[in-house]
Amino acid sequence: MNTLVLKGVRPYGEGPLSDVLIRDGVIAGITSHDPNTDPHTDPHTDPNTPDTVVDGNGAILLPGFVDLHTHLREPGREDTETIESGSTAAALGGYTAVFAMANTDPVTDNAVVVEHVARRGREVGLVDVHPVGAVTVGLRGEQLAELGTMARAGVRVFSDDGHCVHDPLIMRRALEYSKALDVVVAQHAEEPRLTAGAQAHEGANAARLGLQGWPAAAEEAVVARDCLLARQVGARLHVCHVSAAGTADVLEWAKARGTAVSAEVTPHHLLLTDDRLATYDPVNKVNPPLRTAADVERLRQALADGVVDCVATDHAPHAPQDKDTEWSAARPGMLGLQTALSVVVKTMVETGLLDWRGVARVLSERPAEIAGLPDHGRPIAVGEPANLTLVDPAATWVVRGADFASIAANTPFEGMELPARVVATVLRGRVTAAAGRIPA
Amino acid sequence: MRHLLGTEGIDPADAVAILDTAAGLKQSLEGREVRKLPTLRGRTVITMFYENSTRTRVSFEIAGKWMSADVVNVSSSGSSVSKGESLRDTALTLAAAGADCVVVRHPASGAAHRLAGWLKDVGTSVVNAGDGMHEHPTQALLDAATLRERLAGGDATGQDLRDRRIAIVGDVLHSRVARSNVHLLTALGAHVTLVAPPTLLPTGVGAWPVTVSHDLDAELPSQDAVMLLRVQAERMHGGFFPSAREYSIAYGLNERRLGLLPEHAVVLHPGPMLRGMEIASSVADSPRAAITEQVRNGVHVRMAVLYHLLAHEEENA
Amino acid sequence: MAPRQRGATDPAGERELLSAGDVARTVARMAHQIIEKTALDAPSAPAVVLMGIPTRGAPLARRLADRIRDFSGVAVPTGTLDVTLYRDDLRRGPTRPLETTKLPAGGVDDRLVVLVDDVLFSGRTIRAALDALRDHGRPRAVQLAVLVDRGHRELPIRADYVGKNVPTARSEEVHVLLEEFDQRDGVVLR
Repeated sequence: MNTLVLKGVRPYGEGPLSDVLIRDGVIAGITSHDPNTDPHTDPHTDPNTPDTVVDGNGAILLPGFVDLHTHLREPGREDTETIESGSTAAALGGYTAVFAMANTDPVTDNAVVVEHVARRGREVGLVDVHPVGAVTVGLRGEQLAELGTMARAGVRVFSDDGHCVHDPLIMRRALEYSKALDVVVAQHAEEPRLTAGAQAHEGANAARLGLQGWPAAAEEAVVARDCLLARQVGARLHVCHVSAAGTADVLEWAKARGTAVSAEVTPHHLLLTDDRLATYDPVNKVNPPLRTAADVERLRQALADGVVDCVATDHAPHAPQDKDTEWSAARPGMLGLQTALSVVVKTMVETGLLDWRGVARVLSERPAEIAGLPDHGRPIAVGEPANLTLVDPAATWVVRGADFASIAANTPFEGMELPARVVATVLRGRVTAAAGRIPA
Repeated sequence: MRHLLGTEGIDPADAVAILDTAAGLKQSLEGREVRKLPTLRGRTVITMFYENSTRTRVSFEIAGKWMSADVVNVSSSGSSVSKGESLRDTALTLAAAGADCVVVRHPASGAAHRLAGWLKDVGTSVVNAGDGMHEHPTQALLDAATLRERLAGGDATGQDLRDRRIAIVGDVLHSRVARSNVHLLTALGAHVTLVAPPTLLPTGVGAWPVTVSHDLDAELPSQDAVMLLRVQAERMHGGFFPSAREYSIAYGLNERRLGLLPEHAVVLHPGPMLRGMEIASSVADSPRAAITEQVRNGVHVRMAVLYHLLAHEEENA
Repeated sequence: MAPRQRGATDPAGERELLSAGDVARTVARMAHQIIEKTALDAPSAPAVVLMGIPTRGAPLARRLADRIRDFSGVAVPTGTLDVTLYRDDLRRGPTRPLETTKLPAGGVDDRLVVLVDDVLFSGRTIRAALDALRDHGRPRAVQLAVLVDRGHRELPIRADYVGKNVPTARSEEVHVLLEEFDQRDGVVLR
C-alpha cells in the first residue's frame, strides 16, 4: 500500500486549508488541515504514517494539467527534445498528461510509431504521453492515414499539426470517419494559398518590417469551413491554437448553432503581440503568428467565456541553429510547458478573467474531456484518481530558458518575471515533480 | 553612427550630414586626376551579396576603393554562402578575418539587423544594402541626394526636402526602396504620395505617414518628383495585377503623363528599368529623368556612409 | 567699447595676442613678403595661387590676395583646400563634417601654390594639405603662409611666411578670430 499526504493545501484555492490523503493513486480522504500532527513520524514504528508527505504551505490544489498540443520531437529531433526531457518539462510545468504531436520523423501516421511513443512515455513515467496520430499519410493532406488502426493502438486525437488539412473533401472524410472511432480531429487552421511565403501577422508591423503578411482570414476561413463540415457530417472538431479575434467570432457563432467544436489557445497568444517582431529575433516566430493587442484581448475574453475551451502549449523545441538565424530561415515555434501556468495566471487570473476553478477548467478539465481521458481533469474528491498539481500563487520567478528541462531553450519569455509556480505534480499518487525538481 | 541598417527613425540631422558629406565628396572629386582619397586606408570593407545586384555591389566597391579601403567581395556563388553555411557563421568568420565593415544584401527581411546583433561585440559595422522587402537605406539616401541637388538648382548644403512633394509609383508592397524612401523623405520634411493598385500596397499602409492614391494622373500635377519602382515579372504571375499592358496603362510614366508634371519636376528610377512598362523609353532618356545622376550620386552617398561609419573614434554602441 | 589692452588677461582667462589692427597690419606685411619672395610682379614671374585651408585659412587667403592686388596690382587667384579626408586623426574624435575644396580656375598644375592657414601647430594639417594638393595636380612649388606659428611641431614642416611667432604651452589654445566667423578680428590665447 502506497500513501501520500498533501498537507495544508487549498483545493481550487477555495475554503480553509485541507490535508489530502492519497492511497494507491486514488484520493482516499480530504480532511481539515491539522497543523499539530507530525507527518514525519517513522513509518516503521507507526503503521498509519504515510510513505510521502508534501507540505503545501497553503498552496492551491488543482487537477493535473492536460496539454492537448505538445511537440516532443522524438523520434527524429532528439537533439532538441526527447520524450524523457519533454516529460520532465511537463511534470515540472504541472502536467500529468500531454498529447505528443504527430510531426515526428518518421511521422506518427501508423501504429508502429504510435506504440513507440506511448511505450517511451510509459518507460519515462513522469507524465501520461498520448501520441497524436496524423490525419493524412506523411502529413501531406492527400490520403487518410490508418485512423482506425491507430485508434485501436490508443490514439485519442488526430492532427496534421504544422500543416492544415486544407482539402475540404479530405477534411470532410476525416471528420466523418472519426465518428466511428470516438476520437477527435484537431485542425491546424491555415489556408495554405493565403499564407504562401507568409512570415508575420498581416498588419502594420509586417508592412513596416517588410515581412510577408499572414492574414487572419487564412485561419478564420478554414475554421468557418470546418465548423460547417463538422455540422454537416455530425462530427466533433477541435481547433488548434486559435490566434485571431475573428476566429473567436466564428467559434462563437458555430457553438451558438450547436456545432460540436472545441478550441484551444496557446499561452503566447494570450500574452505576446507582433510588436515584438521589431528585433527580427526568430524566438518570436511561431505558427500561427503573434498578432495584435486587439486579438490578444479577444482571445482572453473568449477563453474566459468558454468560446475557446482550453489552453494548450504548442510546446515546440528548436535547436539554436534553427532559431538563431535570419527571420525567414528560422523554424516557427516556442517552448511552453514550463511557462504555461504562469502565463495563464498573468493573463487570466491577475486580470480577473478567471478564478482558480477557471484555471482548472482551461488547463485540465476541458482538455481531458476533449481528448476523452477518463482519469484526468477529474474533480478533487474522494475516490477520484490522484492526478493533481499544487500551485504557489504568490511566487514570482524570472524565466531562464537555459534552466528548463527541455533540451532546447527557445522561450519567448526569457528574462520576464512571471507569477505563480508549480510546487508539486502528482501522477496517480506518485510525486513526479516537487520544488522544481524531479524526485529521485 | 555604428551601423546603417535602415532609414526608419533616422535623425534628420544625421541624414542631412550624410547628404552634405556626399555633396562635398562629389564636389571635391569632380574633375580630379586622382579619384582616390586616403581616408579609409587600412580599413577593410567586405560586401556580402546573397542576391545578384551588380549595380549596388559595384557602387559600394567603387565607393570603398575611392576611399582607399580594402574591399573584398563575397558573392553567393563559389563561396561558403552557397555551401549552406549559416549567415551567422559567415558573418562571424568575415568579422574574425578582419572586416571593419560588412555590406550585406540578403533576401530575408531583417538580415542586416540580425547581422548587427551577431557582431555586437566584435565592433564591425553593418551596412544594409537591401534586406528582403524591408529597407535599402543607401538607395533612399542617393535618391534624396539627387532630389535635393536637382530641386535646389545649386549648392544645397544643409538643406532638407521640406514641403517637397514626391510620388512613389508601383510595387510598394514588395519594395525595400519604397520603405526606405518613405522613412527618409518624410524625415527630411517631404510629403510622400504612394500610387499603386491596392494589391501592391501593404495591408497596414494606413499607419504610414503618407498619402495613398490609385490615380496617377490626378497626382502628377502637384509633384516635385516622381519615383518609379521596378515591377517584377513574377508579381504578374502572382495575380497582383492582370497584365503588363493594364499596369502600364494605369501606372506607367509615358510622354502624356510627363506633360502633366510641373516643369521643374524630376523623374527617378532605382533601376533596373523595364522600359515600355513602368516607364516609356523617351521619358527615361529625357532631361527630366535623373536616372544616371542617381547612379553617380550612389557612389558618393556610399562613400559618405562609409566615412560616417568608419572615420571616427570607436563608439561603445 | 574701450580698446583692449594688449597682453591683458580678461576675466574669461583670455589673453589678446593681436588686436584687430594688428591682424590687418600683419596680413599686409605678409602680402608684401609674398610679393617680394615670389617676385610675382616680375615679368617672368611664376603664376602664384593662394589656397586657404578651411575654415579660417580660406578668408585669410582672400585677404592676402586683396592686399597683394592693392600693393602689386596683380590679381592672384585663390581657392580653398579641405584636408579633412586626408587627416591622420579622424579616428580620434567624432565624425568631422567636410569643408569646401575649390580650386582656382586653371587648377594648380605648374603653379606656385601658397597654402594659407591661421595657426601652425603640430604640422599635421599641412602634411594632410600637401597630400590633398598632390591629388589635385602637380604644383611647381608649394609654400606656406600662417598668421600665427605657436611651435610644438611634430613633423619637419616650417612656414615660409609667418605673421607672428607665439611661444605657447602645449596645453594652451590659440584662437584666430576673423570677422567672417567671429564678428571681430584678433588673436587670443586661452
